[in-house]
Amino acid sequence: MSRIVGIDLGTTNSLVAFMDKEGPHVIPGPDGQTKVPSIVGLTDNGLIVGDPAKAHLIRDPSHTIYSVKRFMGKGLDDVKDELKYFPYHLHEKNGVIRIEIGDKTYSPPQVSAMILKELKRRAEDYLKEDVSKAVITVPAYFNDSQRQATKDAGLIAGLEVLRIINEPTAASLAYGLQKKTQGLIAIYDLGGGTFDISILKLKDGIFEVLATNGDSHLGGDDFDQRLVDVMVDDMFQTQGIKVEGNPELMQTVRLEAERVKIRLSDETQAQAVIQLPNGTYEKLWTRESVESLVMDLVERTLGPCRNALKDAGLTASQIDEVVLVGGSTRMPLVWRKVEELFGKTPHSELNPDEVVALGAAVQADILGGHTKDLLLLDVTPLSLGIETMGGVMSALIRRNTTIPTSAKEMFTTYVDGQTSVDIHILQGERELVKDNRSLARFQLKLPPLPAGVPRVEVNFLIDANGILHVTARDIRTGEAQSVQVKPSHGLTDDEVEGMIRDSFQFAAEDIKARQIIEARNEANAIIVATEKALVRAANLISDKEAEGIRRILQQLGEVKAGDDHRVIRTKISEVEKTTHHLAEVLMDATLKEALESKKLSDVIK
Amino acid sequence: MEHQHQAQATTATSRELPMARSMCWHCQSEVTGEYLCGQCVKVQPLSRDLDYFACFQLPRLLNIDEQYLEKTFYELSRTFHPDFYSTKDESEKAISLGNSAFLNAAYRTLKDPIQRAEYLIRLEAGAVKDIRSNPPADLFEEVLELQETLETFRQLAPKGPSSDLEALRKKLQAEREHLEKRQAEMETSLQHKFNEWDQLQERAALSGQAREEKNTILREMQEILSNRTYVRNMVNDLLETMG
Repeated sequence: MSRIVGIDLGTTNSLVAFMDKEGPHVIPGPDGQTKVPSIVGLTDNGLIVGDPAKAHLIRDPSHTIYSVKRFMGKGLDDVKDELKYFPYHLHEKNGVIRIEIGDKTYSPPQVSAMILKELKRRAEDYLKEDVSKAVITVPAYFNDSQRQATKDAGLIAGLEVLRIINEPTAASLAYGLQKKTQGLIAIYDLGGGTFDISILKLKDGIFEVLATNGDSHLGGDDFDQRLVDVMVDDMFQTQGIKVEGNPELMQTVRLEAERVKIRLSDETQAQAVIQLPNGTYEKLWTRESVESLVMDLVERTLGPCRNALKDAGLTASQIDEVVLVGGSTRMPLVWRKVEELFGKTPHSELNPDEVVALGAAVQADILGGHTKDLLLLDVTPLSLGIETMGGVMSALIRRNTTIPTSAKEMFTTYVDGQTSVDIHILQGERELVKDNRSLARFQLKLPPLPAGVPRVEVNFLIDANGILHVTARDIRTGEAQSVQVKPSHGLTDDEVEGMIRDSFQFAAEDIKARQIIEARNEANAIIVATEKALVRAANLISDKEAEGIRRILQQLGEVKAGDDHRVIRTKISEVEKTTHHLAEVLMDATLKEALESKKLSDVIK
Repeated sequence: MEHQHQAQATTATSRELPMARSMCWHCQSEVTGEYLCGQCVKVQPLSRDLDYFACFQLPRLLNIDEQYLEKTFYELSRTFHPDFYSTKDESEKAISLGNSAFLNAAYRTLKDPIQRAEYLIRLEAGAVKDIRSNPPADLFEEVLELQETLETFRQLAPKGPSSDLEALRKKLQAEREHLEKRQAEMETSLQHKFNEWDQLQERAALSGQAREEKNTILREMQEILSNRTYVRNMVNDLLETMG
């Protein structure tokens, strides 16, 4: 059975990890870095992901996608307030956001799939085997649409997603495994774009989530934005520079804001420096100034913490340990606020960037049947219900119910001969339908009978991934009924299939693009080296030979602009053949030189 | 064709049998183990007739050992949770999912004393036909009056402090204290009924006869429970309005 990897698909950074006998490990890239920036660049030469894409962000922001996790499982209406901050155009199709890049459009799961593919490739290179199965983490407070979108992203990337697991619970697995902790723990997880709080009971290898709460739209990105707003305003006031409408500059300011914020976790002040077309912009930030700027955002995390405690039937003082997860918890302000609320010093021994990926690898090992003593019992973060008369939501499954869980509901008719009932599925805590999240709709078919006679039982099942499945059964006949659920903010099965096909096509294009880039790079290197050699060998070869070499070099220079890597390769080997004698002559000369300048004893030694 | 038809029919009936938990759905051997087939070690679907108390091997009592409940829940979770069936075939996955969902519902219900009592009443309801779920007239009048006072308060509050508002606040405060006292009384009498029920169950287990007495207790419990809901909603309304 092939190995299952654990993936932390983050707003800002993503990581992949695996588990062996020694425990979970994060897989580093060729440069030793474990974090892959969750950024995708669509360049003329193909797709780039991670660090190269981050560099691309400043050069070509309108072809570079970042923080795509914020768009997962969402419609345009959900993100309308922040549209102005993004350098690319968005539109909506079938309730799903589409990102416009050049003349192509991408759904958020497609973009996430590009990041997942990069992680898959990274794991395959490191483990030297095919990787086709994964556990992927999501914020605990993600709703059904967001979870489904993440699962779709895995499918598009060619991964079988064995489990969608909540980030704070994943962190608790890694933490509990390491510390052998027992008792009540709170996991405070503040990432790049999302906030989660989970309260767990750890006992004899069982990790039971008692309650979870959060804000799926609050994180480090929002902190950066506050700094950006101040600097953008400041640049206009002091130097008359309009950053809005200049996406390149806007991204430079955003990255600088992020850098300053990170720096202020260790230092008490930091200088922001932004290169402008004519001059520079500088601003000295102090830790206090940033803290007062983001204070309300950090305080916004405390409400969900109190609600989670309340739902768990606990008080803050009953919590044995508080664990911090996510890059944003490095901020001293966050640390202080959490300490104040729980009345104890929080833990952060494990790298807050890596602990979620490590936990996902542990869960992967459990699913693979290797780790048998640990079991995670998670909950559904939001209540699930259906629309009833008067636009009111009637809850079928309450939030913080241990999953898997199911609820049955009986449906009948109100009019003689009625043949269908419309069912609208919702998620959320509010009274009215309009204030909750619409998950899906479907039409239940009923036999044409007098009113009240048909009886169809619908079963709503939330599986261990937190994803909803709907089945129906006619009570009179006992027969199962197929249910065609149309997601309100999700891709249809057909769309996902299409995207999987496209992704193979992209993969082919990507390989082609990479081959061209590699061939071009090689051609450039050969041209430079040969020209250098010609200068050095000016007196060693005939003019005729030199002339012949220059001619073929020029030909190589011409073909390398084309987009067929085979033509470039053929020309490269021709150049190599033609310069064979030149290389020999130079080698001899070098050897002679070496021998002449040294004593015999030096050479033999 | 005919033969195939028959084969399908046989499968259909044998699919019904595992529900009775006498024959393994997979290898057709007699199931001797509790939840796993003794022959092929496949997980068996829980019987449709299984109730939450039986799932935890508990008698239908209202005072239960919470530590035992948790311990058993963890043990059964280790037996049924889908995490341990990830590499198994689709049928086993489906059984594990169904059993797990049932187990979680059972634990959730039994863990909470109120839900536990409500569930017990539903289980025994076959015998208790005339359980009333409307509030008694006096409570109903109280609800109406309180709603009116709250409405006046909500209208006055935004207009700033006044002697009328202060008087209303005092009245609501008094009402709240009265209701909270009533709530506490209900909790006590409910606990009293729990004990009565348990004692009767234990006696009945010996004599086998106590249907009428049982029904009386169930009815009384139901009444306290539904009144309790009204009072709790009123207190919540009060807390929300007065802050």
